[in-house]
Amino acid sequence: MIDDLRLPKTVKPDSNRKSEIGNRKSLWRSLDEFSNPQKFREQLHDEFQNGASDFSDFNRRDFLKLMGASIALASLPACTRQPIEKIVPYVKQPEELVPGKPLFFATAMTLGGFATGLLAESHEGHPTKIEGNPDHPASLGATNIFHQAALLDLYDPDRSQAVLKNGEINSWENFVAAIRDVLQSQQTKNGGGLRILTETVSSPTLNFQIQELLKKFPDTKWHQFEPVNSDNIFEGAKIAFGEMVETQFHFDQAKIILSLDSDFLYSHPNSVRYARDFAERRRARFPQNEMSRFYAVESSPTVTGSNADHRLPIRASEIENFAHALAEKLGAISNPAIRNPQSAIENLLSAIAEDLLQNRGKSIVIAGENQSPQVHVLAHLLNEFLGNVGKTISFTESALANPVNQIESLRDLVDALKQNQVDALIILGGNPAFNSPTDFQFAENLARAKFKAHLSSDVNETSALCDWHIPENHFLESWSDARAFDGTTSIVQPLILPLYAGKSAHEILDAMVSPPGRSDYDIVHDFWNSKNPGANFENGWRKALHDGLIANTKLPEKKTTLRAFQSSGTGVSPVSSSKENPLEKLDGRDAHPTTQNLEITFRPDATIFDGRFANNGWLQELPKPITKLVWDNAALISPALAKKENLENGDAVELEFKKRKLKIPIWVTPGQTENSIALQLGYGRKNVGHVGKNAGFNVYELRDANSLWFGEGVILKKTGEKYPLVTTQAQQTIDSDERQILREGTFDEFRREPDFVQKNSESPDKNDTLFYPQEFKYDGYRWGMAIDLSACIGCNACTIACQAENNIPVVGKTEVARGRVMHWIRVDNYFRSAPANPEMTHQPVPCMQCENAPCEVVCPVGATLHDKEGLNLQVYNRCVGTRYCSNNCPYKVRRFNFFEYADYKTPSLVPMRNPNVTVRWRGVMEKCTYCIQRISEARINSEEQNRKIRDGEIKTACQQVCPANAIVFGDIGDPNSRVSKLKSHKLNFSMLGELNTRPRTTYLAKLRNPNPKLSA
Amino acid sequence: MAQIFRRRSNSIARASLAAFVILVCAGGWVLHAVYWSPWTTRQMTPLEQPVPFSHKHHVYGLGIDCRFCHTTVEKSAFAGMPSTETCMTCHSQIWKDAPMLAPVRESLAKNVSLRWNRVNDTPDFVFFNHSVHVNHGIGCATCHGQLDQMPLTWESHVLYMKWCLDCHRAPEKYIRPREEVFNLNWTTTNQLAPGKKLVAEYNVHTEQLTDCSMCHR
Repeated sequence: MIDDLRLPKTVKPDSNRKSEIGNRKSLWRSLDEFSNPQKFREQLHDEFQNGASDFSDFNRRDFLKLMGASIALASLPACTRQPIEKIVPYVKQPEELVPGKPLFFATAMTLGGFATGLLAESHEGHPTKIEGNPDHPASLGATNIFHQAALLDLYDPDRSQAVLKNGEINSWENFVAAIRDVLQSQQTKNGGGLRILTETVSSPTLNFQIQELLKKFPDTKWHQFEPVNSDNIFEGAKIAFGEMVETQFHFDQAKIILSLDSDFLYSHPNSVRYARDFAERRRARFPQNEMSRFYAVESSPTVTGSNADHRLPIRASEIENFAHALAEKLGAISNPAIRNPQSAIENLLSAIAEDLLQNRGKSIVIAGENQSPQVHVLAHLLNEFLGNVGKTISFTESALANPVNQIESLRDLVDALKQNQVDALIILGGNPAFNSPTDFQFAENLARAKFKAHLSSDVNETSALCDWHIPENHFLESWSDARAFDGTTSIVQPLILPLYAGKSAHEILDAMVSPPGRSDYDIVHDFWNSKNPGANFENGWRKALHDGLIANTKLPEKKTTLRAFQSSGTGVSPVSSSKENPLEKLDGRDAHPTTQNLEITFRPDATIFDGRFANNGWLQELPKPITKLVWDNAALISPALAKKENLENGDAVELEFKKRKLKIPIWVTPGQTENSIALQLGYGRKNVGHVGKNAGFNVYELRDANSLWFGEGVILKKTGEKYPLVTTQAQQTIDSDERQILREGTFDEFRREPDFVQKNSESPDKNDTLFYPQEFKYDGYRWGMAIDLSACIGCNACTIACQAENNIPVVGKTEVARGRVMHWIRVDNYFRSAPANPEMTHQPVPCMQCENAPCEVVCPVGATLHDKEGLNLQVYNRCVGTRYCSNNCPYKVRRFNFFEYADYKTPSLVPMRNPNVTVRWRGVMEKCTYCIQRISEARINSEEQNRKIRDGEIKTACQQVCPANAIVFGDIGDPNSRVSKLKSHKLNFSMLGELNTRPRTTYLAKLRNPNPKLSA
Repeated sequence: MAQIFRRRSNSIARASLAAFVILVCAGGWVLHAVYWSPWTTRQMTPLEQPVPFSHKHHVYGLGIDCRFCHTTVEKSAFAGMPSTETCMTCHSQIWKDAPMLAPVRESLAKNVSLRWNRVNDTPDFVFFNHSVHVNHGIGCATCHGQLDQMPLTWESHVLYMKWCLDCHRAPEKYIRPREEVFNLNWTTTNQLAPGKKLVAEYNVHTEQLTDCSMCHR
């Protein structure tokens, strides 16, 4: 497939595009397209990919039999009467509730311990959608994919529903009695045999409860562990500053950004906020504006790296060398050079160094949590040297309740287990039996504890090994509190009573300390009341609940000095007498890391994270941002390595790392570093619900405490077996050679020639159509959308927000493989130039709402047609499923319900659905209609108040969720609306505009800001 | 050899051809009749309810306003159904031991909702909104009929799309002054001219009313 990695010969440079993209190479979406464009061209013209509309395992005879039966039965459903529905009014109607109108409640969700403020929508008491809280600093109204998908977790039918003892149903009361017995016996030992294991905790209440317990039992120990943790960041800070500080980045202030393997736009605890700040500096709307420049150095392509102006793929183990070389180049350190970087890197190094020096105080160097503490020290050193501290960077205490080195913390616990010192182990959340470092052999050692209890939302690998399992409440079912990355504290407010017999960590701890145990509301309320015992407490409490945050809880800036380095007049220089020179620690590095040696890297999976979302169908089916794989993980390898090892996509290989072996299929990934293999954590779960079963491969089996994030010396062996991996990358592809799908350019080009986008675009006269151009006169609202490609970071949050808002079903891996994925908005990835390190561009594609819509003229039953506001409607009850429309859609945005994808049968999923959107049935076409339910609601509200709909009053689900503010929706008939202003911008273009479809969704061209010295 | 078909076979053949046409037509007519019959549409058919609630008694007899029970009709898509507590405001004082009202008392005592049978039911792909109609001068009686004459509630109109469109195409035929919306006995001899005025006054966008997106999402 990828034998020929040279540019395809058949692709002619497009003369139209010359001035626009200069000498750039043409766009491609998959390596197949890159290497075999001819075959790819043939597929382009299909409505769906081959086989999408075929029956599987079905022959002609069966088909005829079934057809006969269907015709005979077809008339029967028409004879049924509409069943009688029930109306079930309240017994006592809640005061503030208007049936039919949603209420919004502020709450917060934690991931990795840190909170993001949310607003949850409730229809008659059941949560139906999660939005970001605009007042919360970690959200600003946006969310990421995990927050959106958390809703499905609440209604997951596979959730644990009862207290279990050794796998048998038991009761909470019995558990409390059992744990009291344990505590009784620990009295004499001061709790020496009792251990608590939690995930990362930022909750002040939970911390207080644990501390109370520790007061009572001074020898009890509290351990914290999550497989994706900040150990390296903390250790780096400790070396650099002698104390644990958290670094807060202000990307909106930065002109030059250098990322050292950091995925700060996607997997950082503050990524939603960082994406907003980052995007603010990327949308240069006017030539006189400034645009930030972003350099990324990383081993495997991430969302963050895909947004870089210059991306350098190097092995994770070499990033420390790179940072060191940069520090030397800048003069930030004066240690002798350890290794001369390769000359290719040399150019980039000089360019970065020059840029950073020219922008002192306006740059950011950020290191990823997967890089060693030494890299973090170097990043701190560089930031200090460049004068960024106090400007683009500030320091605070950590918002976590008790930040510890989690690997060491778990190691302590395992050591105690091995020595049989643990009488009772209470595990509050998490799944260490699955996701702890394999050399700890946690699962085996767990058996040594005499009493083991596990609180968990599902019966997972750890629950299966524990004596007691307590079902954990979802955050929408229980009271708690949590802190955001910047320290802002939120009360986690439930929207619904526990669906099952769940409990929270608070209730378990409370039952241990102060019998007979309070409710989680009382626990959280009493804790805050004890901190503010004034008469005004209730008012403040209600305000905190209403606002979703407690005012003035943001952490104050902390003054800290870089250890062993002091500022002098000329810059920062090491103190020669210091014995604690942090760079001494750097000298032990391998002077000549062998680049031939294969390396593996571990990262949390882009959609199911560390495995906790494995049973979430929305996340499983969400294409991974770069590879667009669904329902699986794979070993990502570079095209060059694939060629060398003669591997194709889906070839199973055996990876041997420190004598541990794992069989896993490979995926050839453009931009992946040669001789580096990227693995994603979280797949291959064994004790999991029916969604996550048989999905992917457990790479935790290779991960140990010494190579938590990457390790060298892996042996790759081809097995000859094949594994079917499914990707949407090559689905719904649009003919990209002749037609202009995507326009991009550099900021310099835009400065020189501000109308370079429109100058080269072909937009036919409005009347150049065979239809009736005057057929529709739009007198009222004219809905339209503008998507800013410079701002879009490609995080996929829009896709999953749309799924939640519009009741879009999950279809499963085999159906996706047939091209039947149902997402109404997809994010297309485009690559440019050689596969070793291509430029990447993300393009969200919803329905374009064409004014001259090709789909409408071919529908034989008038199921897709225009309304007076210019929306291209899809009337499900009229649709008979001819699929002519999707065949005629040049954008390939229509989705067909080949089977009964909507799950009508599972009762727990019914209250999750948006009651304002039809649940589509088999045999109908469906697509985006700009969240028409939101438009209808706003229209009705405005008419009742006798006014026009205000600009910004309607936000589509994709717009609302977007962390980068890349999507703007509104009335294009109003010249003052935000969307009109964007559409009149010089960067605005229509996708396939030359077809004269007159799409209402248009794009602002992607601008990059490469260093002119490097592009030559 | 004798003829297989006798002479009258011709007549039978002709007759059966005619009979076939008639049968098809009759079959079509029967289907049509069934489709529009009260058996399918439930028009004019009182539904059994857990409590035999009489609109006639409460509205005509006692003069209770629609909004006393259907509280959200001016604010929301859903008109609102009275909570058990609403019923019990009066029935804790009058008819408090009536056997007919036992389910209501039980509902309050056990905190379990009453389950009424929906009389006016549109399909799930239709999104009807009460508030926008009420606020634009469409009276309750226009769709629900003379509720004050119903001892048990029935559907007054066939809620087929044709019937909806009849008004959506020409709202002036049915619109009334806002203050008369809840008057079940409002009549006028002069509908059209004032109707047109009201349509303009209430900003009813007639050109938009037949868009599919008005009701289907």
